[in-house]
Amino acid sequence: MKVPLSWLKEYVDVDTSSEELAQKLTSAGLEVADIKVTGGSWDKIYIGQVLAVNPHPNADRLSLATVDLGTRQLTVVCGAPNLTTGDKVAFALTGATLVNGHTGKVEELKPARIRGVTSEGMICSEKELGIADNHEGILVLPQEYEIGKLLSDYLGDVIFDIEVTPNRADCLSVMGIAREIAALTGKPFKMPDLSYQESEKTVESMVSVEIQAPDLCPRYCATAIEDIKLGPSPKWMQDRLIACGMRPIVNIVDVTNYVMLEFGQPLHSFDYSQIKGKKIIVRRASEGETMYTLDEQERKFTSDILLIADAERPVAVAGIMGGLATEVRDYTRTILLESANFSQAAIHKGALALKLSSEASSRYEKGLNPELTYYAAKRATQLMARLGAGTVAKGIVDCYPGRTEKRPVSIARRDVKRLLGLDLSLTEIEKCLRSLGLECEKPETGVIYAFKPWWRNDINCTADLVEEVARVTGYDNIPLSMLSSSLPTGQGSRLFAFRQQLREVMVAMGFQEIITYPLTSLEVLKKLSAKSEIDGVAPLKLENSMSRELEYLRNNIRMGVLSVMARNQRNREIHIRLFEISKVFIPRTRDLPKESEILCGLIDSVVPDIYWQVKPKPADFYFAKGVVQALLARCGIYADYLPGEDMSLNPSRSADIIYNKMKIGVVGEIHPRVLANFDISEKAFMFELDVDKLFTIAGKQPVYKAVPRYPSLARDIALLVDAEVTYDKIVTALKKFNIISEVRLFDLYEGKQVPEGKKSMAFRLIYQAGDRTLKDEEVDGIQKQILAFLSKEFGATLRS
Amino acid sequence: MLDQIEEVVSQANAELQNISSFEELEAWRIRYLGRKSKLTSILRSLGDVPISQRKMVGARANQVRSILEESYSSRKATMESNVAVSLEHDKIDVSLPGEPFQIGRIHPTTRAINEICGIFSSMGFQVAEGPEVEWEYYNFDALNMPPDHPARDGFATLWVDYHTPTGTRPMLMRTHTSPVQIRSMEKTKPPIRIISPGRVYRYEATDATHEWMFSQVEGFAVDTNITMADLKGILFEFVRRLFGQDRKCRFRCDYFPFVEPGVEIAIDCFMCGGKGCRLCQNSGWIEILGAGMVHPDVLRGCGIDPEVYSGFAFGMGVERIPILRYGIDDIRLFYSNDLKFLNQF
Repeated sequence: MKVPLSWLKEYVDVDTSSEELAQKLTSAGLEVADIKVTGGSWDKIYIGQVLAVNPHPNADRLSLATVDLGTRQLTVVCGAPNLTTGDKVAFALTGATLVNGHTGKVEELKPARIRGVTSEGMICSEKELGIADNHEGILVLPQEYEIGKLLSDYLGDVIFDIEVTPNRADCLSVMGIAREIAALTGKPFKMPDLSYQESEKTVESMVSVEIQAPDLCPRYCATAIEDIKLGPSPKWMQDRLIACGMRPIVNIVDVTNYVMLEFGQPLHSFDYSQIKGKKIIVRRASEGETMYTLDEQERKFTSDILLIADAERPVAVAGIMGGLATEVRDYTRTILLESANFSQAAIHKGALALKLSSEASSRYEKGLNPELTYYAAKRATQLMARLGAGTVAKGIVDCYPGRTEKRPVSIARRDVKRLLGLDLSLTEIEKCLRSLGLECEKPETGVIYAFKPWWRNDINCTADLVEEVARVTGYDNIPLSMLSSSLPTGQGSRLFAFRQQLREVMVAMGFQEIITYPLTSLEVLKKLSAKSEIDGVAPLKLENSMSRELEYLRNNIRMGVLSVMARNQRNREIHIRLFEISKVFIPRTRDLPKESEILCGLIDSVVPDIYWQVKPKPADFYFAKGVVQALLARCGIYADYLPGEDMSLNPSRSADIIYNKMKIGVVGEIHPRVLANFDISEKAFMFELDVDKLFTIAGKQPVYKAVPRYPSLARDIALLVDAEVTYDKIVTALKKFNIISEVRLFDLYEGKQVPEGKKSMAFRLIYQAGDRTLKDEEVDGIQKQILAFLSKEFGATLRS
Repeated sequence: MLDQIEEVVSQANAELQNISSFEELEAWRIRYLGRKSKLTSILRSLGDVPISQRKMVGARANQVRSILEESYSSRKATMESNVAVSLEHDKIDVSLPGEPFQIGRIHPTTRAINEICGIFSSMGFQVAEGPEVEWEYYNFDALNMPPDHPARDGFATLWVDYHTPTGTRPMLMRTHTSPVQIRSMEKTKPPIRIISPGRVYRYEATDATHEWMFSQVEGFAVDTNITMADLKGILFEFVRRLFGQDRKCRFRCDYFPFVEPGVEIAIDCFMCGGKGCRLCQNSGWIEILGAGMVHPDVLRGCGIDPEVYSGFAFGMGVERIPILRYGIDDIRLFYSNDLKFLNQF
């Protein structure tokens, strides 16, 4: 909301600096985003009059305008569609400081040759002057402006650009801001006089109003103005409209815009002669009903849409846009002026359904007080009369089914103390509330009954009153204290800490944490499968996706991690180790999706080949498995690895990670098809772990085991076994002998040195007894038993 | 006796020639010059030697002792210089690059979340988390934003395509972490002190300052006697721990439907010290938090009596912290996961 200081001063005396005022408003919730002193940089911008408009010799869309500046006439090239001979315009000489209409940057106007014609200046738009964002055509100034005078003589002002929060629709008006200033600076608010002369003829005799949808239209006021004389509005009104970023059009339109800016109430004028049956009916549309709106579009309505109709047909979409048939035109003799209140929900739904929004609809959507309609109707009618735009009919038609009883909200000293921690006397509280226009009653001691004023819509409970007190007192005056309430008992999630522990282990192993988006497309999900299929249940889809690439909620996180690897490989990164811990979304019937947290790690097999010493070994399956084992060991989990099937992994080189018969993850080499799908150049290895399952399993504390007090003995054995016998089987067998505390495989060989179909595995066995120092003879004996056992189980023989 | 002495000398000298390590040299010293050496025992037994020879034997023994001591010193010096020479041959170029160890890093967003949650944990707040896909009820209605509420326009929402067999129960990507307030209050009775980090989503065109996925941390406390003064105290302390003890804080009125009164908290710009610069958009202040006293309707909706209990809630954007701290100029960098970006933190 742009508010000129000069206009504010009509309702409240301002003797503080603009900066201080801005600071006060900002602190009270009306953030002043910008204070613009218009005219300050307008030292080379003058009032000019367009004397002639000729076509540009070399360009169809451009024209040559001759502009009279009083002392001289200059010719400029202009592309504005609204350039008209006789108009008064803002003319910038070269060297003037202007806002670039396209880039928004402040620049100095340079002499220019446009398509072979020298332009000696520029006719400005609002945007170029820095008044408003309007850049469609040029700003046309009131005729009263004198040629040759500086523009700043007329339009120099201080403009506050205020960001109004959605609860304060009343502050989308000059009066609303002025009221705030009055309360914050302790000055009285000066309400303008709203009286005017009326004719004998009554509005009631001209029109009746029927509200058939009182739930959507609490109040409808109308006045009538006859003998309409269209013409420009006076300079003071045009000045203010321009300063607020609106273009003056014609008196009756300007008046409705002016009152909307002044009071915050949208108004609408109908051509009375086009209203059939002297009747205004506010009703829901019937399904499929149509009407042409002011923008000459035919609109088709559903029954959600609230319409203003006459006896025969719709004449406006309530609160959104007028109808074409009843538009005020040159020949209009009588206008019917509407000042109505519509429910915010109705207008919100309507604007959404029709994909149509206007200044009026955005105000209604924030919620206006129905009391406002009456005052705004009076003000607009008064201004019409004052401007000589017509003769005002007697009275106001006021249909007010939504009238509610004035309900007070109570506030006591305790309420302020309890919510703000600020001890104010009841008198101080009352003073704050009264300064904002709230009526206060004290029917009993210690409590104030406050009534919200007619322009406010947002004061409905004690907490609302407390905020008003805080705003006027100043948030800075609220003291500081640390919580003194009792500490809650354990409510916290330990998963947060567990997740962080996982991250730290991953980072310690050289992995970079990444975070990827949870939305994807079916195409990308299909890329994850060697068979180009979607795994599991169909993923959840968005109703309103931002793009085709972001249409589905991911059911895994590997696609994100793989994409990140591919992208970084394109950036010539090598030796990539990535991990992410994020949620995947598994659809469920009649419930929110199951959100499982997954840890995904991804490792490339490219090693730096430019190191001057021995090159590192490229990663392989066992590297990935080693990472998983270390991570799990850190959580106290020792899992089994069984050949697995995973859509993205090489079936010969992947494993399911199993703990207690439960699958907790996978590890393996990425399937070559999937690598190709993601455009990853070299082999890559991935693992995924279900964080929620790990968390459940890892909940147990480790149990202390005594540190061995006696020395251990180490023995190496090389076994010859059938090639199919897995490492796992042998180790499980060896571990059956309690005296073996550790088994380490240190060599694995298949090839010429051993018979066909056999392999050699060399183990170092660590023998350890808890109660004695082992002797060689004893271990020799045990080892014989072990070999006999292995021979029986796997046909293993000692390799000589 | 003299023979014995001469024998010691010749033996000692012979052995010394073959010594190659400092350990052997030390053993040699103890053997021939220590308190239990032959020479010492000879000197000690001088009383048994006939008087006529005693002086001569004694003199010779002492002479031999100093000879051996000298031999020891010179041998030791030779060996030390040999070591120095051999180390000289080991000389390497210490400026050559070391093994290229790869260290991992925590994502800057995670770091910021950990830091924020750490500060609040130390003030008695406990971590709670909520789902990223939510019911409309938790994201909006229960937070005082019924359908068609104007404040909903500020939350461009990504809706999930979900239909129940019986009517609708709209599902969405949560637009803020505030639903956790409701979920926590439904589950727990006061006193409550929760801090809740998480990702949130908006229907948003991305540019250098807008991203459709970002992170928030929500905090709230509910109990008897919780005031806005407590909110100010806690947040002021938080801001100073996060941004430094010298930071100034501004509390101003702001509007969020689920709190009343509402507050916005800004810190004085650490780039310009409040004078106004590009970072603070010339205002001198950087907005970092939205907060307020939990709205009585919200408390009531969760079965908590607003006449007995009060509470405060606050929320902040997480990425903003590293953006401000490291001067990051494009929020899209966070989730494009370019290692050249991530490696910097």
